[in-house]
Amino acid sequence: MTLFPYLVAAWLFCIGLYGVVTSRNFIHLVMCLAVVQSSTYVLLLSIGYRTGGLPPVFAGVPVGAPAVDPVVQALMLTDVVVEATVVALLLSLAVQVHKGTGTLNPDHLRELKG
Amino acid sequence: MNPRFRRYFFLISCAAFLGLFVWALHDLPPFGNYRGPYGDILNHVAVYERHVTDVVTAVNFDYRGFDTLGEESILFMSVIGTALLLRPQKKETEAPDEEEKKLQHAMDESERRRAPAASDAVRVLTLALTGPLIVFGWYVITHGQLTPGGGFQGGVILATPPLLVYIAGELETFKRITRQEFVEAVEAAGIFGFVLIGSLGLFARGAFMQNVLPLGETGSILSGGTIPLLNIATGLAVSGGFVQLIYVFLEQTLEVKLRVRKAK
Repeated sequence: MTLFPYLVAAWLFCIGLYGVVTSRNFIHLVMCLAVVQSSTYVLLLSIGYRTGGLPPVFAGVPVGAPAVDPVVQALMLTDVVVEATVVALLLSLAVQVHKGTGTLNPDHLRELKG
Repeated sequence: MNPRFRRYFFLISCAAFLGLFVWALHDLPPFGNYRGPYGDILNHVAVYERHVTDVVTAVNFDYRGFDTLGEESILFMSVIGTALLLRPQKKETEAPDEEEKKLQHAMDESERRRAPAASDAVRVLTLALTGPLIVFGWYVITHGQLTPGGGFQGGVILATPPLLVYIAGELETFKRITRQEFVEAVEAAGIFGFVLIGSLGLFARGAFMQNVLPLGETGSILSGGTIPLLNIATGLAVSGGFVQLIYVFLEQTLEVKLRVRKAK
């Protein structure tokens, strides 16, 4: 069981990537990319976890009490912000593709138009 | 590459990745046995060194503050990129020709459907939530150094009231509170404020992001020196950025289609 959270991260990564590879709709593709990125949350938080550890917030808790790693939590915050903005940027591209070609299926966008 | 080949290629790569991943897990400490020194060091010194009780905020806005500036720039640039990609094209403000009309029709299946007006229940709930959410957003921003929260989380909460106003059906009010000059100014003030507060340390002590203000009493709202100020700057940048995102996406569905329909 000690590897379980890491395997969950790997599962999220693979299943999200599978969605990206086989996607037939750009909106679906962007959401799958978000699933891929959520695997990094699970991975980061599991690396910093300590059994029985408190959150790294020492309001009303003495300093020195066993707590989980604050660094990976800070990194995860960065991760969330980047994901939100990447999703927004990709969705705006999807809007423009749909306006220009009338389709959201990546397989229908084979030919280049001059 | 046909879809079938693509799927096989993916499955083989995925199996290879999983093999490497499990191999890499071998040398990681088992789940629940965190060993790394940095987290423990920070947990022990942050409260004494910075007088804050939330160590995650201390990491984000002090020890790793320079990285957060980079993170905010990512947010800023991608909001600009989205606004640039979704700006109304010249073609969209002109009357469409026959071919475009066909394309427009294919795009918008719901053309003949009238959207129902917001019901009274929705209006009461959304408008009643607007005020408390603004207060809650500022609460989360200003208490980042004490409890979980901070500029990023509070900024996103502050960006939701305009969306609620739109859901309530108050399109004119929504446009008034999301005036572009105003939202852009808020966003820019946030980014510039962050750089400015960071430069205080550069000029006073010779290091960018050095915490130069008095640290205050641990546990009070004015503790942490520059940390609460950086949180406020981040909150402004994030809320401005997200309102801008909501605006450009709504503009696409409301304004651009409306103009095309008017022209018909």
